[in-house]
Amino acid sequence: MLQIRNLTKIYDGGLKALDNVSFDVPDGQFLAVIGLSGSGKSTLLRCINRLIEPTDGQILWNGEDITAASQEEMRRIRRKIGMVFQHFNLVHRSKVITNVLAGRLGYINPAWSLLNRFPKEDIDKAIKQLQRVGIAEKAYQRADELSGGQQQRVGIARALMQDPQIMLADEPVASLDPVLAHSIMSHLEDINKNDGVTVLCSLHFLDLVHRYADRVVALNEGKLVFEGLPKDIDDAKFKEIYGRDAERVG
Amino acid sequence: MNKNNKKASPWNSIKVGLLTLVTLVVFAYGFQVTKVNLEELRSERRQESFVRVMRALARPEIFEYDQVEEIVNYPFYTPCPTDASILSPMDSDSSEPYIVVTPACAEPGEVVQVEGFNFAPNTTGPVRFVPGSDLANVVTLGRALAKTDINGNFAISMEIPKRPSEDVQYIRVILRRNIGTPHFTKTAYETWDKIIETVFLALLATVLGTILAIPLSFIAARNLMKTVKSPLTSIALSTLGWPIGMVIGFLAIRWVGNFSFSIGSNVGVNLASIVIAPLLAQFGLRWAMPQVEINNPSQSMRIARLGVILLSVLLGFYAFFQLASLAMSAGNVLRVSLGSFGFLGFFLFQMGDIIAILTPTMGALAAGGTLSSFLGRLGQTSSEKLPAPAIKTLNLILTPAAVAIVFVLVGQLLQWLYQFDTPLYTLWMPLVFGAGLGLLLAIMTKPKESLPIGLVVYSITRTLLNALRSVEALVMAIVFVIAVGIGPFAGTLALGLHTIVSLAKLYSEQVESILSGPLEAIQATGANRLQTIVYAVVPQIVPPYISYTMYRWDINVRMSTIIGFVGGGGIGFLLQQNINLLNYPAASAQMIAIAIVVSLMDYVSSVMREKVV
Repeated sequence: MLQIRNLTKIYDGGLKALDNVSFDVPDGQFLAVIGLSGSGKSTLLRCINRLIEPTDGQILWNGEDITAASQEEMRRIRRKIGMVFQHFNLVHRSKVITNVLAGRLGYINPAWSLLNRFPKEDIDKAIKQLQRVGIAEKAYQRADELSGGQQQRVGIARALMQDPQIMLADEPVASLDPVLAHSIMSHLEDINKNDGVTVLCSLHFLDLVHRYADRVVALNEGKLVFEGLPKDIDDAKFKEIYGRDAERVG
Repeated sequence: MNKNNKKASPWNSIKVGLLTLVTLVVFAYGFQVTKVNLEELRSERRQESFVRVMRALARPEIFEYDQVEEIVNYPFYTPCPTDASILSPMDSDSSEPYIVVTPACAEPGEVVQVEGFNFAPNTTGPVRFVPGSDLANVVTLGRALAKTDINGNFAISMEIPKRPSEDVQYIRVILRRNIGTPHFTKTAYETWDKIIETVFLALLATVLGTILAIPLSFIAARNLMKTVKSPLTSIALSTLGWPIGMVIGFLAIRWVGNFSFSIGSNVGVNLASIVIAPLLAQFGLRWAMPQVEINNPSQSMRIARLGVILLSVLLGFYAFFQLASLAMSAGNVLRVSLGSFGFLGFFLFQMGDIIAILTPTMGALAAGGTLSSFLGRLGQTSSEKLPAPAIKTLNLILTPAAVAIVFVLVGQLLQWLYQFDTPLYTLWMPLVFGAGLGLLLAIMTKPKESLPIGLVVYSITRTLLNALRSVEALVMAIVFVIAVGIGPFAGTLALGLHTIVSLAKLYSEQVESILSGPLEAIQATGANRLQTIVYAVVPQIVPPYISYTMYRWDINVRMSTIIGFVGGGGIGFLLQQNINLLNYPAASAQMIAIAIVVSLMDYVSSVMREKVV
């Protein structure tokens, strides 16, 4: 169970990206986070693994306060939280396999990893994860030789290497072809349904939300404006989330 | 709209006129201070010397022939002697070369006809007047040039210089003729030697500079350092950790060194130590630092591991000393036995010496860094776990101590530089002042607040880099020449130091321009700071680093050609010497060598850059 309590983030410039946000995510849920660009979706996801330090509030995971964890504890917490990014965030010049193995960095001894040495089991595991996302044959190519959809699958394989209990996906399909979107989303669904990993996924397209999400939270200018089932988003709610001028597409 | 507003008002014209006037005045002053002097350019004397130098430069001393000379000295009187009987023309029947001068004697300033016979065909050489009656006189006058025809004869006219004497003087003809095939001159060999020295000077300086600039560049990169924030307790403890750790490390390594030395330089023992000690150390490290660790180890386990790690590191350093000793003795043997490849033995010996010199320093730095980061982490954890009042108390004790120690070290540095010899100023005042400042800092900061120590370190590093970078390598070379003596080693150190600071700056700008996405992704996996750098930063900066290193090598080759001007070795020394001796043909050979090497370097580096990047 992940509990967000009165989470607030004010950036150095005074911008209030999150304003007193509270909600719970039960284990194993597929939660969609929606809202306009700049509504605080990315900030919210990054506060959960503290890539961004929240200004105020608490994030409790199975009772442990993530916001109060020390740097050493944070390393152990982060390695249980996988993350997938809109721009994939692969290291372009490294091989696919190296990118995937990077998912184990939280587990292996820093001193050995500096020499680019990974245990045999981890390498086998990396190949297995690449097989799972269907691109095992690309393992020894450079990451930037892959297409966008393939890169995002490498990103998912990297997150899977962490044996995650939570998966944060920050607009994982926003910079992909709509056709590819379903392939990526179905991988996330598979991880959620078959591995029982809690997924927090920010999305732009409502049809994807309807298709994949168990539950939705919506943000507008940092405030939580909706929390409920995807089918409960009617036209009135839609206007509230996306603003008066918005039109539904798809 | 703007166009309509811009009317041609008188004020605008005045402004343009004034601007033109000011520009003219500026340029006029520029002419004055740079001493533009076209009069001098037009003067015949200048033009003549200029042409002479250019012609000398156009004949680089690279190839030469062995030459045979035919020298004929003709006794000559100027003015004509009263007793004409002493005039004795040369024997004209002989098959030897001879010359005839008509008239046989002349007044000073008169033009005479010089004819030569029986010389080798198609040769040239000077016809000179040798003043005084000494044939060995090195001073000769006149600039006439003789050129023989196919029969070996020549005829020219020359002006007799105004050197009247009652004694006999001489007209001398020297005709030179090349024999055999052309071969390299002595200058060419010297130039070759020095150009090789130059290239390797640049290579060593670049390698040394690159190795040290890489870690520096991370510290001087704003985007990496900005996120480094620590509470005061952690900063104070890690500041204390550096000097204490360095002293402990230095003493420990010196002890290991003495131990290694006392064993002696027996080759068998050396070899055995070099094989066994690293193996043991590696075994120990592998046990103490398992590759994967799922659960937190217990306290006693941690202590046992720490002990094993320390022991392994000491073993490693012992192996270093043994390696140095082996390299030195093996090098000494090889130097003699390898003959013309003796330089390999010399290299081995020097490497051994370098290891022996650097090991204590490395040990001190490693120990300082380790203790500092260990204490820093201790400070981090305790300021996260302990209650605020306890932290405040800790800060009140630790911060003054840390600041005081830094101030005392600075004071000691000043003492060493300026020899004040007043402990009041170099020891007690910094101590008290530092402690006071630390106390103030500890009182003012909130106990658990994270301070942007990364930005502080970044600013200090950047400032130092910029200051050092502004000192030209030539100036650094002067200092190093004093420290290690005239020669290429001083040049290497000077160029190396300059390379470190300028590359660190260029590199760090590359680090600042990397994509932040992969950084974020690697951090999210739970990687620590060092892992993030190795897995997210390093792959992104490899191409620009290589390209900047090549560029720097380029610069270093060019710099090393002139670093010899101040005694830093390389071809510059030779070039300067020849210019000072007015030996332009030799200087020309060296300039050509420099041009060839620099353009070759240019080409090679551009090809390599294309291949790698």
